[in-house]
Amino acid sequence: MTMADSDAPKAGAPIKEPRFGFLRRSYAMLVKELIQLKRDRLTFAMTIVIPVMQLLLFGYAINTTPRHLPTAVLLQEDSDLGRSILKALENTAYFRFTREVHSVAEFDDLLLSGRVLFGVEIPRGFERAVRRGEKPAILVAADATDPVAAGSALSALGQIVQNALVHDRVAGDPANPPFEIRAHARYNPAASSRLNIVPGLVGTILTMTMLIFTALSVTREIERGTMENLLSMPITPVEVMLGKILPYVGVGFIQASLILGIGVLLFGVPLRGSLAMLALLSTLFITTNLAIGYTFSTLVQNQLQAMQASMMFFLPSILLSGFMFPFAGMPVWAQYIGECLPLTHYLRIVRAIMLKGSTLENLHYDALALLTLMLIAMTIAVTRFRRTLD
Amino acid sequence: MTAAPTIASDARDIAIDVRGLTKSFNGREVVHDLSMQVKRGSIYGFLGPNGSGKTTTIRMLCGLLTPDRGEGTCLGFDIRTEAAKIKRRVGYMTQRFSLYQDLSVRENLEFVARLYGVPDARGAARDMIKRLGLSGREEQLAGELSGGWKQRLALGACTLPNPQLLLLDEPTAGVDPKARRDFWNEIHALAAEGLTVLVSTHYMDEAERCHEIAYIAYGYLLAHGTVDQVIAGSQLSTWVATGEGLGALAHELAGKPGVDMVAPFGTSLHVSGRDQAALEQTLAPYRKDPRQSWQHGAPSLEDVFIELMSRSKDNFQ
Repeated sequence: MTMADSDAPKAGAPIKEPRFGFLRRSYAMLVKELIQLKRDRLTFAMTIVIPVMQLLLFGYAINTTPRHLPTAVLLQEDSDLGRSILKALENTAYFRFTREVHSVAEFDDLLLSGRVLFGVEIPRGFERAVRRGEKPAILVAADATDPVAAGSALSALGQIVQNALVHDRVAGDPANPPFEIRAHARYNPAASSRLNIVPGLVGTILTMTMLIFTALSVTREIERGTMENLLSMPITPVEVMLGKILPYVGVGFIQASLILGIGVLLFGVPLRGSLAMLALLSTLFITTNLAIGYTFSTLVQNQLQAMQASMMFFLPSILLSGFMFPFAGMPVWAQYIGECLPLTHYLRIVRAIMLKGSTLENLHYDALALLTLMLIAMTIAVTRFRRTLD
Repeated sequence: MTAAPTIASDARDIAIDVRGLTKSFNGREVVHDLSMQVKRGSIYGFLGPNGSGKTTTIRMLCGLLTPDRGEGTCLGFDIRTEAAKIKRRVGYMTQRFSLYQDLSVRENLEFVARLYGVPDARGAARDMIKRLGLSGREEQLAGELSGGWKQRLALGACTLPNPQLLLLDEPTAGVDPKARRDFWNEIHALAAEGLTVLVSTHYMDEAERCHEIAYIAYGYLLAHGTVDQVIAGSQLSTWVATGEGLGALAHELAGKPGVDMVAPFGTSLHVSGRDQAALEQTLAPYRKDPRQSWQHGAPSLEDVFIELMSRSKDNFQ
């Protein structure tokens, strides 16, 4: 005890400047930060889970030379030669025949809506024309809006004729084939990746900005202590949500107009479809993202967690939506994840309207998907919003 | 509404009527079996140490927390099922300033007015700014106001929608004496207009400005009534010593038989006990000491509360 007594500073005596004061104070700060990090369990978990999950997810899902791309077949004639050629196409592993259609209108609709990337047409009287030596053509139409997705398949077409002839012993000289394959890269014949990326950026930029706007909105009220006051007043969760989302719909709309305007004027991206339809569906997309951000805000406890949740949503949105890598090239499970992301649907919509001139008729599936995602997010947000401080 | 006549008449003169309110957080009971009644038009003081459950009780009264057990009405509406109706009629001033710091005085008041559906929000905000004496500061951001002005603004915001009941949670904490006095004058003016006010506080002088008070510690309501009733009910006997050597004397008396509490008050020392005979016996030799003079005084409200608190600590902690 005497030791302790003699060590204890007298009341009022200043504590001496310690040795290595710089290190001691930095250490004090470090200990405090570590304790706070440990307290915030969700953040702590996310620092482990996010990198591992994202790495596995994207490592397996991303594929820049996509194969088994969805292809529609328009068979105007049922012949052995036609079948051999289809078989040869499928054998390249680039094409996967998902639909058989019976009219040109159907064929075009599938390409316009983005449900298939390719369409193969075997014309009527094909086999007879081959036998007569008329060198008829098989049409392979490609949706070339994404040059990466369509490119390798299109370049593989050249060998197909030869393969078909060799494997299936179709009469004819391989050096002088009795028919030709005519590839038709639609919508983006020059294979300019800019035409694909600029509309995609509209969606990506909007996702990022819209999410952050609302993801912080509820946690901010809680952290600033204004939530208690708000809850004691007669306002319902739906009213809070609408009040917090609607102003940013306007902000998002201005943002979208700005990016689209620059895209058209500076980058020469065409606008082949209806501007009104693009505006309407963009507004839907903006609202969906705001609703999702708001939902995060009701699920997390603080602003840091809200930011992390937004990042966790944003990364897959970029990588699994078809923005950076071809959607059709991902494994099926990754495509299912992609279907749950609003950006996936909006990318199809914005690219289709701008580059292909698609109409709502072609795009009703993606528009409905956006609407559904928005309603799901809003429902979760309203039910999760706590009316009390319990 | 075809409510039973008894309830209707109750609702007319009783603003708050709750029984057996109990609330726990993470297994710790913060409010225990609390029952209270507050008459309409009265100022009801809610006293107790930090962490005694005052804020939790207030939050249960206005529907911000759901009690685990217990029931009751606030302004005639069930606190469990009719929170929405209660919120329309109650002004709640939180302990921590909870208006928007990045909105101006006027914008905050207009926001509140619109939320409650006041017909002319701008006009109502303007009138309130005048009433609060904030003219000239209406465009100042709320976050830039001093503590006293913030508190006036908060009171203004919760009286703006014309409530029937005000719940004020430590409204004067950290506010200077002049601002506190103005604030209490305002509260009395509001009560005179028929408003019921329930106010929690630490300050004894404020307790004495209430029509009725309740003392709550460790989640238990320990005493309630008018100030005089509470003091009388404590059965505390107090001797006041003045003179020299009070510091040493306080040390010596603490813990002696009959002495429940020794409290230095600047130049005097309050020695109190519930057992009057034992206290006088213990004090008899000290009263002969020429350095101090002794007087039998009435216990102050503070003596009573500190004694209640230390006693409840023994019982409940």
